[in-house]
Amino acid sequence: MSNWLQSLGMACLGAFERLGRASILFVQILSGLPSLFGRVSLVVYQIYSVGVLSLVIIIVSGLFVGMVLGLQGYNTLVDFGAEESLGVVVALGLVRELGPVVTALLFAGRAGSALTAEIGLMKATEQLSAMEMMAIDPIRRVLAPRFLAGVIAMPLLAAIFSAVGVIGGYFVGVGMVGVDDGAFWSQMQDAVDMYDDIYNGVIKSMVFGVVVTWIAIFEGNDAIPTSEGVSRATTRTVVYSSLAVLGLDFVLTALMFGEI
Amino acid sequence: MNSRMVEIWVGIFVAAGAAALFMLAMKVSNLSSYSNDEGYTVTARFEDASGLKVRSPVSMAGVRIGRVTGISFDKHSLEAVVTMRIEKNYDTLPSGTSASIYTAGLLGEKYIGLEPGSGASDCDDALLAELEGKKSAGNENKECKEEVLKDGTELKLTQGSMVLEKLIGQFVSRFLSEGDADKEKKK
Repeated sequence: MSNWLQSLGMACLGAFERLGRASILFVQILSGLPSLFGRVSLVVYQIYSVGVLSLVIIIVSGLFVGMVLGLQGYNTLVDFGAEESLGVVVALGLVRELGPVVTALLFAGRAGSALTAEIGLMKATEQLSAMEMMAIDPIRRVLAPRFLAGVIAMPLLAAIFSAVGVIGGYFVGVGMVGVDDGAFWSQMQDAVDMYDDIYNGVIKSMVFGVVVTWIAIFEGNDAIPTSEGVSRATTRTVVYSSLAVLGLDFVLTALMFGEI
Repeated sequence: MNSRMVEIWVGIFVAAGAAALFMLAMKVSNLSSYSNDEGYTVTARFEDASGLKVRSPVSMAGVRIGRVTGISFDKHSLEAVVTMRIEKNYDTLPSGTSASIYTAGLLGEKYIGLEPGSGASDCDDALLAELEGKKSAGNENKECKEEVLKDGTELKLTQGSMVLEKLIGQFVSRFLSEGDADKEKKK
């Protein structure tokens, strides 16, 4: 019994310790951000590796998510003779929810795992220690540019996802099943508000960008410096950031769109 | 990959993201309401244009031939003034065309339905003259050209949208008043 209690307590303390280390790392990264103004090229290269290299998966998923939304929305709406509202369904679904959330999930899988593996391997091969030996702060040199790049890239990717998704919904709705072109856009423009929907969607994607990149960088930096440790850290990044995105999405939606 | 290519790609990425945001703002949200298709505009006055929106379809015989481009309120006649743009190739609508606001389906959106009506034509005068027996020479074979809708024409015959509450209200009030009348007759 006492052994069981001890292991429970140890697990809790371990979790809090990790949370504390993650918070300290977050603050250190934030304090390292101003030094990046002098080294923009570092950030540009990281935007390339987390943003540009994620473009293909984001565009393809966005297109198909939009097309499926168009098809499913049409099948439901046509029963009520309201198939003209298809544009509203597609646009609101994408801009408010699916755009930020699915992009964040894909981003965690595509870019977050890569970040963790890269930083974890740097730690396992003692590159980070070597930098410290040369009086280079690895937080400023390695972690901060990656963090900033993730935070910049994520809202852009989400916007691209939503835009491509709307176009996919348009192809299916207007091109395939024959919803009226003008009704599609006019009802959409009527129902989607610039501030309430698009602005809040962008804020959501920014929050997800911060959270996913933070988790990825922390897991990489905190990985046990062995090949097994790095692989576990990569797995944890994807699992934790997916859970965090889905949980936070509920909280943010309740704050933004709900009446709580 | 050299740093130049990386920078170019990042530039493309950021531009694409900005373009996507711009498209969401202008095309998806209510930030804009632009329309500049080729065609001609006609106006119509309605007693009630509720439910009609800018960019709602204008159709004739069930085929969309144009769009609503503007809805405004005339403060003198207290009517809704709807301007609509009709596509360029549909230039044979007679000037007596009437416009009504209909609903697509029970819950669908409002649209303007145009119904053809005979327009005033050049032949009217000729016909009148013929009836009066004043055959004017050289006019017999003149092709009668019906007057058609042009840019800026105002449709005279209109029927505003049906508001369900109003209809129900009218129905109920008529029903009640009939009931009262019946009672009075019985007395």
